[in-house]
Amino acid sequence: MTRARRPVVPGWFTDDTDPDGAFRLLGTRCTACAAVFFPREDDGCRNPYCPGGGELAETPLSRRGRVWSYTDGRYRPPAPYVSDPDTPWEPYTLVAVELAAEGMVVLGQAAPGVRPSELAVGAEVELVPGVLHEDAEHVWTTWHWRPVATDAREAAC
Amino acid sequence: MLTDIAVLGAGMHPWGKWGRSFVAYGVAAARAALADAGLDWREVPSVVGADTVRGGYPGYVAGASFARALGWQGARVTSVYAACASGAQAIGTARAQILAGLADVVLVVGADAAPKGFFAPAGGERPDDPDWLRFRVLGATNPAYFGLYARRRMALYGDTPEDFARVKVKNAAAGALNPLARYRKAVSADDVAASPVVADPLRLLDICATSDGGAALVLSSMAFARRHGHPDPVRIRAVSTVTPEYPRTVLDLPDIATDAMVGHGVADRPFRPFRASIARAAYEEAGIGPEDLSLAEVYDLSTALELEWYEDLGLCPAGHGAALVRNGVTALGGRVPVNPSGGLASFGEAVPAQAIAQVCELTWQLRGAAGDRQVPGARAGITANQGLFGHGSAVVAVR
Ligand SMILES: [Zn+2]
Repeated sequence: MTRARRPVVPGWFTDDTDPDGAFRLLGTRCTACAAVFFPREDDGCRNPYCPGGGELAETPLSRRGRVWSYTDGRYRPPAPYVSDPDTPWEPYTLVAVELAAEGMVVLGQAAPGVRPSELAVGAEVELVPGVLHEDAEHVWTTWHWRPVATDAREAAC
Repeated sequence: MLTDIAVLGAGMHPWGKWGRSFVAYGVAAARAALADAGLDWREVPSVVGADTVRGGYPGYVAGASFARALGWQGARVTSVYAACASGAQAIGTARAQILAGLADVVLVVGADAAPKGFFAPAGGERPDDPDWLRFRVLGATNPAYFGLYARRRMALYGDTPEDFARVKVKNAAAGALNPLARYRKAVSADDVAASPVVADPLRLLDICATSDGGAALVLSSMAFARRHGHPDPVRIRAVSTVTPEYPRTVLDLPDIATDAMVGHGVADRPFRPFRASIARAAYEEAGIGPEDLSLAEVYDLSTALELEWYEDLGLCPAGHGAALVRNGVTALGGRVPVNPSGGLASFGEAVPAQAIAQVCELTWQLRGAAGDRQVPGARAGITANQGLFGHGSAVVAVR
């Protein structure tokens, strides 16, 4: 029996079974002032200079950005982070990524196996679907940031 | 000056892991502050408590808890919660009551018995809480954010892990002289380098511990101070409790993303980071500038974060913080000592107490009563910290 894939938070990103290139984080954009919010803001525009009268429309965020900073977690985080206390702790890397079009920094876990030593402030990274953890019924999905390979970057230029 | 209030008394319970309740620490601190002020509890018409939080849930109404333990006597009572800024908001509330004529003397108390290890949010499914979300979705602890700031300083300004360690060495040296501090041993750069990495590039000794502790102040109008035999008290001249300004463009606890820099009216705004705006509000209210400071007490949650405070307080331009600690400017004996108490590096975090404890240290320094860690001729000091979820906190005291 296959376990159901469920996003760790509903509404924050697109279907993770889309091809890598189509996977996007989802925010909201104010139609009156063009401010972008992530995580999605649905209650009202938070820009105090907004002329008002707009709607908050779902908007996909840029799928590439540059590393603002990065770190890792050498000790097991407390709940509600899910991890098995009976297995040795495997550190993971966190990356804060600057998205040029939105003028916004978005934090995320790096793709599995990416160590801080492979990252640098200013390096290009891209969004990919990832798995946060699995339990008996579900595969809990999330987003990961993955360094853009040098040759891929050249190809994109 | 119209907005001045007097600090009549300061008191603390020593920081540590004592295994007692937060009420016990707060009452010990309150009794010490009352004794310092020469006042009986029954003469105090108002008490303001900084709330403690266990497991992310503000389950304790602090003002009344302290008032009950000291003995119900019918005082006006207030409890405030603003995370790490709770103590500053308690002081701000007391000041507002005094300046409005609602009370001429107020007892302010903050105390906590903190859990071991990482701070964590309360249980349950609470996806409307950004603090819960950052743990659930990313496992992003407080040290993870401190690691992000430290790594960015290294990339932008060329700071090194050795620079960060210098902050710990400096603060531990000051804390060794403070009988109220939890850690009273000198620390070497080698000790820092030998401690395990918690969040790259920060090590265990770069990051402050959680602690138990309590701090209290007796504050009054200037007229009350004169009537009660305090002709020249330490004065609080400013209390800054401002929010950030939109857009907040530096990733900060507990958020997963910053505000966007796109949007109507946003590009025309001068960019001012939150911590710098906290300090600016305090300076403007006090009518002084960084050049007037004799000392500062800042929230050194991590060593690298203390360097950011130097810049945000205007002690040096952005990117020059490491040069100050390298040159001894912020050490005891330097031009403007920072954290002469030993800071959180020596005390650990007892969240609702710490902003009050910072003002206790200013009080003792400005009285010339700080013993072996005295800053000679101290005339003006600032405290600074930042409460989770957008609470600013800075206090200016003068003599
Ligand atoms: Zn808007």
